Amino acid sequence: MLQAIADIVRLNGAEKHFGAVRALNGVDFHVGAGECVGLVGHNGAGKSTLMHMVAGTLRPDGGQIAVRGNQEASYSVARALELGIRCVFQELSLCPNLSVAENTRINHPSLAGFGWRRRAADLIRAKLDEIFPDHGIAADDIAGDLSIGRRQMVEVARAFTLTSEPLHLVILDEPTSSLDAHTAGQLLSFVRRFIENGGSCILISHVLGEVLQNADRIVVMRDGKVVVADAADVFDRDRLVAAMGGAEGHQRAAAETPKTEPGALRVRARPARQQDGKELVARAGEIIGLAGLAGHGQTDLLLAIFSAASRARPGIEVTAPVALVAGDRQSDGIFAQWSIAQNIGIRSLARLRNGLLISPQREAELAEFWKKKIGIRTPDMNNNIYSLSGGNQQKALFARALGSDAKIVLMDDPMRGVDIGTKLEVYDLVREEAAKGRTFLWYTTETEELDNCDRVYVFKNGRIVANLRRDELTEEKIIQSSFGDAA
Amino acid sequence: MTAIAPGTVPKASPRGSAARARMLRGLLPALSLALVLIAIAWLNPRAISYFGFNLMLNLAIPIALATIAQMFVIAGNELDLSIGTFVGFVGCVTATWLRDTPLIGIFVLLGSIGVYALLGALIHLRNLPSIVVTLGMSFVWQGLAILVLPKPGGKAPAWLLSIMSFKPPYIPFPILAALLIAVVVHFGLMRTSYGVILRGSGGNAAALRRAGWSLLRTKVALFALTGLFGVLSGMALIGITTSADANIGNGYTLLSIAGVILGGGEFVGGRVSPIGAVLGALTLALAASPLLTFMHIPPDWQVAANGAILIIVLAARVLISRRER
Amino acid sequence: MTSVRTLLEKPWIWSFVGALVVWLATVAFTGGYGGGGMVTAALSLAVFTVIVGVGQMFVITLGPGNVDLSLPANIGLASAVAMKVMGGSDAMIVVGLLAALACGAAIGTINYLLIWALRIPPIIATLSASFVIQSVDISYGRGLQIKPPPGFADFTNWQILGIPVLAMLTVVFTIGAALALQRMIYGRSVLAIGQNIRAAWLAGVNVGRIRFLTYTLCGALGGIDGALLAGYFRGANVDIGNEYLLASIAVVVIGGTSVAGGKANVPGVWGAGLFLVLLLTMLNTFGVSAGVRLVLTGLIIVGVITAAGGEKAVR
Repeated sequence: MLQAIADIVRLNGAEKHFGAVRALNGVDFHVGAGECVGLVGHNGAGKSTLMHMVAGTLRPDGGQIAVRGNQEASYSVARALELGIRCVFQELSLCPNLSVAENTRINHPSLAGFGWRRRAADLIRAKLDEIFPDHGIAADDIAGDLSIGRRQMVEVARAFTLTSEPLHLVILDEPTSSLDAHTAGQLLSFVRRFIENGGSCILISHVLGEVLQNADRIVVMRDGKVVVADAADVFDRDRLVAAMGGAEGHQRAAAETPKTEPGALRVRARPARQQDGKELVARAGEIIGLAGLAGHGQTDLLLAIFSAASRARPGIEVTAPVALVAGDRQSDGIFAQWSIAQNIGIRSLARLRNGLLISPQREAELAEFWKKKIGIRTPDMNNNIYSLSGGNQQKALFARALGSDAKIVLMDDPMRGVDIGTKLEVYDLVREEAAKGRTFLWYTTETEELDNCDRVYVFKNGRIVANLRRDELTEEKIIQSSFGDAA
Repeated sequence: MTAIAPGTVPKASPRGSAARARMLRGLLPALSLALVLIAIAWLNPRAISYFGFNLMLNLAIPIALATIAQMFVIAGNELDLSIGTFVGFVGCVTATWLRDTPLIGIFVLLGSIGVYALLGALIHLRNLPSIVVTLGMSFVWQGLAILVLPKPGGKAPAWLLSIMSFKPPYIPFPILAALLIAVVVHFGLMRTSYGVILRGSGGNAAALRRAGWSLLRTKVALFALTGLFGVLSGMALIGITTSADANIGNGYTLLSIAGVILGGGEFVGGRVSPIGAVLGALTLALAASPLLTFMHIPPDWQVAANGAILIIVLAARVLISRRER
Repeated sequence: MTSVRTLLEKPWIWSFVGALVVWLATVAFTGGYGGGGMVTAALSLAVFTVIVGVGQMFVITLGPGNVDLSLPANIGLASAVAMKVMGGSDAMIVVGLLAALACGAAIGTINYLLIWALRIPPIIATLSASFVIQSVDISYGRGLQIKPPPGFADFTNWQILGIPVLAMLTVVFTIGAALALQRMIYGRSVLAIGQNIRAAWLAGVNVGRIRFLTYTLCGALGGIDGALLAGYFRGANVDIGNEYLLASIAVVVIGGTSVAGGKANVPGVWGAGLFLVLLLTMLNTFGVSAGVRLVLTGLIIVGVITAAGGEKAVR
């Protein structure tokens, strides 16, 4: 049945290595017309590399690419665009200094000549209206002024705009990572309409539900190879997780954690825009969730608490050292020039000293300890941090915070785009550390993660609108509070 | 590549206030120019006249052109520390070869634009820091200027002198010229479809490459434009001073950077404004000497007053951004 | 063999190679005459570039846009202050040096205050500050014709076995600076800020204090450099620091420090300082005209940076 569909793109034996690392190890992959292919796998499994190849931004070191049955000898981005293959990359690709319309022009060489500004504006506005009816974005808004969610909406809409270039296949690499549930739903239903009208899609997502519900066929990758590829309806969640490898045997967090008595007060904080008396209170040994739609003041409150730890701020009380685990690794976490060990040690320099000087030996010990404890997959902690896959980079950031003297750990949606294996390992670690008396404030956009929390504060428009205990925590309740007009 | 340079954008600020702050900041160059003009009018009302402007803004045209030149490299996240000595070199060529043997003169000036384009290519291909490359080039242009014109002298070509002493009715020539420069460059960089690509290369180069654009070409284009406007600046300067000197443009490096920043430009992220840059250059030209002379500031302190004006204007800009955040 | 390879991978090695090549070329030209004296002279002069170069290196390492353009004005003013305080008396040497140090540190502090309070890009802040300092210097140093105390002038020119004592002291100082950069919290913090200022803040680095310290340190080094220059050249003047703007930036970059920030090394500053001084000596020995000398200096700087190449973009 599937074989009957004409191929849009087909890769045979694709290979790619970066130095000694084999990112792709002979991959066969194809997408048919009118088909939505779900692509899943842990971080570092090779999904992004494969997609860069389909989009023409990376050249394979071995193997062939054929588009609509024709072998492409010198395949490039320009050629891919010519053939109607486009990609929405995981890292945002908008120019922050340009307007939404101008950013649209960048992807369409034909948007030139007299009146191009108006044409570009009309084009993107129409597409935004079609995909996200209540988007609230104007064509002359400067991209840098938009929230990260809106930037992602623009980026997705831009990929679906039509000018003289054809459009057959759109690669969506984690398209919902910065979207809240509502807009993510709008996007996915648009994708289904696009497929029904004969278009093709590759959907990469760590939210397995999205893939199971929207893909026609699912391809699972592991260690640079395709391990399973089959129709979507033969998969369920457990089978997918098993195919991705690693995570079997883990039960969901659930109530098995022993209920400890709340300890000393660690944080008391009132959001800047809070008008009623609600405030966030966290005690020693507690895991506190911060929920609600993305960008409703959760990160702001975490940052305010972080600053209050070093300089007193009105409305916020912090009684112990604080460390933060960034979610946006590139801009908030990683030191690109440094080794993994140095990236972990930076938060603990004072303890690594021997007299006035930092002891390289102690730094290495700290790094080795956390390499084992948190399972950072690398042959050598002195390698550059970018030699790690995304999930392992995130583990290094966890090691930086957990290896420090901090009694309070702030987590700013740190699992964004992280594979499920890493997630489950880190969940265990967080509960273990909390049992030892650490306090965690955990902002997350993934509702399932809230199961790990003792209490959850729901945010809306920069304010706390609900405070739920674990036993009263349900997805409906959170959604109700997030959308309701309680504020 | 991060989509957003850290620190340039408030992470979760509502977009309305960000846009308003940007608009206010965009108005600031015009406001500071108006303030300087008001101060001059108050100190010496006679200066605000056709003749007065002609005199006060005399050197504004070459400064504006040099500022525009600097703006193009800044749009691509680079900096040109050689523009001052380059203007001096062009001046020396203009006052000698361009007058005596026009063909050679034109050839040399076009060639120097070509050198700028090559520098752009070199910087892109070898991934070099432009600060160092242009720092080195500042020695080269200075040396060449001395070789062309060892002692101050030379004479501007007659046609250039007559252009620069043009007296249009009602509006003083420097103002007319500044207006023309601002409008032409604004249209070219802010309104054309390739201008978007040039600015985008400063905003998010990786995104441009993924969309199939050549970053080599954008960098070469930006540097060639810098060379072109540097040449225009040097020629305009000689048209006003009538003779040249190898050190004549040395102050322009710092003036042009200050002009771009006064005009609301930022060092990274492709955020520049041609109209702002021209206004910034006019402000600097006025503040540099006429205002100080009218305020009876002793010459020892003129340089200090220049620095103070720069600080005050930037402080105002910060106050606006801070209030809006 | 592997040690040679690791040596060749050091970004600073090329500046020393360059210095050696230039020296060999000059010696070959003179037929071996004056090779030793040239090294002595180069060491004496390179000291002044190295001292401010180290300060500039820490500043540049703070990240894009960080550079201290006020060094020439700073050096000029500090040299005048030192000479005035010393007043030609050997007893006042230490006080004069401290005064120059304090003057430079104060300038550095003002630079940082401008950057911090007005959120001005450092290039513009230090540029504006340098305008003001220059005026102060012109006004303060007008007609100042005080010679350094004889003891101080002798000290700055003192040599043991053909090696300037000042150069030895500077080597000790640069070793300290190298340790501070790689092995102390201060240096690590500078490197972290240079790579990603927001991430550094979120990793617990006290960004404000480190930047403040760095600009003050750079100012203080400029101040002490001014005093030493006035001693070496036997008198202060307004223009004494002029060449150190370009020189301080050039030695940092030729020495292999990344202009993008976050990556620095101290030995390269020495290599590049020697390279620049020897280069000038070579061109003077060849007897070329001022114009040609400038052109060649410029081309060599461009050539060196092209040959060394930029860093591969990490991301």
